[in-house]
Amino acid sequence: MTTHPNTPPKEETPESRGWLREHSELGVGLMLLVLGILVLTDALTMDVDITQRGPVGPKTVPIAVGIGLLVVAVLLSLDVLRGGRGEAEGGEDIDLSEPSDWRTVLLLAGVFLGNAVLIGPLGFPISGALLFWGSAYALGSRHLRRDPLIAAGLSLVTYFIFNNLLGVPLPGGPLMGVI
Amino acid sequence: MDSLNSLMDGFGTALTPINLLWAAIGVLLGTAIGVLPGIGPAMAVALLLPVTYGLEPTGAFIMFAGIYYGAMFGGSTTSILLNTPGESAAVVAAIEGNPMAKAGRGAQALAAAAGGHFVGGMIGTILLVVLAPTVASLAVDIGAPDYFAIMVLAFIAVTSVLGSSRIRGLASLLIGLTIGLVGLDQMTGQQRLTFGSLQLADGIDVVIVAVGLFAIGEALWVAAHLRRSSGEPVPVGRPWLGKDDVRRTWKPWLRGPVIGFPFGAIPAGGAEIPTFLSYVTEKRLSKHKDEFGKGAIEGVAGPESAASASAAGTLVSMLTLGLPTTAVAAVMLAAFQQYGIQPGPLLFERESELVWGLIASLFVGMVLLLALNLPLAPVWVKLLRIPRPYLYAGILFFAAVGAYAVGGEALDLVILLIIGLIGFGMRRYGLPVLPAVIGVILGPAAEQQLRRALQISDGSATGLVDTPFSVAVYAVVVLIVCWPLVRKVLARRRKETKVSA
Repeated sequence: MTTHPNTPPKEETPESRGWLREHSELGVGLMLLVLGILVLTDALTMDVDITQRGPVGPKTVPIAVGIGLLVVAVLLSLDVLRGGRGEAEGGEDIDLSEPSDWRTVLLLAGVFLGNAVLIGPLGFPISGALLFWGSAYALGSRHLRRDPLIAAGLSLVTYFIFNNLLGVPLPGGPLMGVI
Repeated sequence: MDSLNSLMDGFGTALTPINLLWAAIGVLLGTAIGVLPGIGPAMAVALLLPVTYGLEPTGAFIMFAGIYYGAMFGGSTTSILLNTPGESAAVVAAIEGNPMAKAGRGAQALAAAAGGHFVGGMIGTILLVVLAPTVASLAVDIGAPDYFAIMVLAFIAVTSVLGSSRIRGLASLLIGLTIGLVGLDQMTGQQRLTFGSLQLADGIDVVIVAVGLFAIGEALWVAAHLRRSSGEPVPVGRPWLGKDDVRRTWKPWLRGPVIGFPFGAIPAGGAEIPTFLSYVTEKRLSKHKDEFGKGAIEGVAGPESAASASAAGTLVSMLTLGLPTTAVAAVMLAAFQQYGIQPGPLLFERESELVWGLIASLFVGMVLLLALNLPLAPVWVKLLRIPRPYLYAGILFFAAVGAYAVGGEALDLVILLIIGLIGFGMRRYGLPVLPAVIGVILGPAAEQQLRRALQISDGSATGLVDTPFSVAVYAVVVLIVCWPLVRKVLARRRKETKVSA
């Protein structure tokens, strides 16, 4: 995929780097390609002889989807090399003129993962409050008293609505054990 | 008159105190969501999908429909006062509404929009009452090949009508279909794409996919590009219309549904195209052409009426054929699946109480919305003051609650984040989200119908096209696929005739 005739020579690192950044959408094509190979491998290694019922077995659709992914991966990459670009999505709170703020995104993802790890041992009321506070902090809120209060209130109210009113169980954790 | 009787029964369902409460919660939430930036009706319904675990279906759908209609109302408020449309259907309202607000006629613009939503929603819902049972009875004998054809139509329509790039739409659809494949094959129990994991064998719950793509993906994407300074809304009083304004708005109100309703029913991207078409029509028909662009009230009234009517049209296809034509309809379809209800022609027979209760609640919701929005518009605008960090932290918070409620598994939260990151990447590179969601929701069902159809025909591909209905649907599919080609040929021919003349 990288052996396109237009690929600049490797020595000029600054330029080839700029080229890569300009064509970062090729990564989408690559991802689709990997996904396609994954789906096809899974489908072709499937062991179906006993369970087959009807002319179309469990393999057919995955094979079709896998081939589709490969075809789209190639077509999308060609489109990008020809100068096609996917338009980044706009929105009312979105300012596309600024470069992507990766720090915030990574922080948010980290806080979210933290919630996934902590929800078991600490229970939802605590991990949920940390999730809200952490996210608000990552997004730039710096009210050291107001933020945790809102987070704790929201988390407790949500816990009671889901757990007690809607009948959707959430883990209470040690905190609810005390109360 | 059969449907009139059913509708009366429906009002019996919708007017019970508990269902009235759900309708009120729905329209309140819907209006708030319409006003709030960054959160649309599809995300809202996705975030609320977990309530389907605790709530009976009638109440849940009454609430979801209230959100859908309410978001239309609320969206135009931000368009008019802030020039930032709360959701895509309200883009056109900003063109005339915002200049009106700046010229001190914000109250009239809001009233014209609210009136348009009320009239458009009413007419659209009446058309729904008249048409839906007929469509359902026409389609009542459809079998596996026909269902498969409808789903193919949905796949093709969302990938080629929406967005600017077909190839990116197709990529999105295939990602969705792949996610839909994960788990046990429904017919043979064969494991697919599970990599030996027991948790993946259950498949990835559609709630997690919808919440991940709509809520987490959106919140992360906004976080990466958060606008640090947001505009101030134009201050406004209580909406009202003078005699002159009424004279100018009633015709656009009535014309809106004619454009909006049919466009809502077909998979053509929801309310965006009809609102724009309505705008152009009103501009052409108006006696005040010079005012257009500077704040013509017709340009608010018509498109807003078309937007609400298109929501009713969307419900026709969703309820009678199980064909989702917008993101909200797709998520509502997912809610039907959560309850194990198959929307389609038989819905009106099997779940008649649910369907008619839902339709009757639309009328109730519309009245509630008018009562809520006319006097309270200035109050709603205050919602815009909510600090953005809280808004997006709240979205992440409720997304986590929803995903965890699915099965009480911490692993679901990790999957949710991964799907959210996929949604982030899709927004970055212009891959539309809707095809992926439709792929996840309809993919497994489409595969099942395909295999059933081929089982009946003993493997012969003719089994897919042996009914007039399926042939007709495939004809539409071919038309959509070939449309760009046809248009090119037509344009060339027109050019040639111009040159020769």
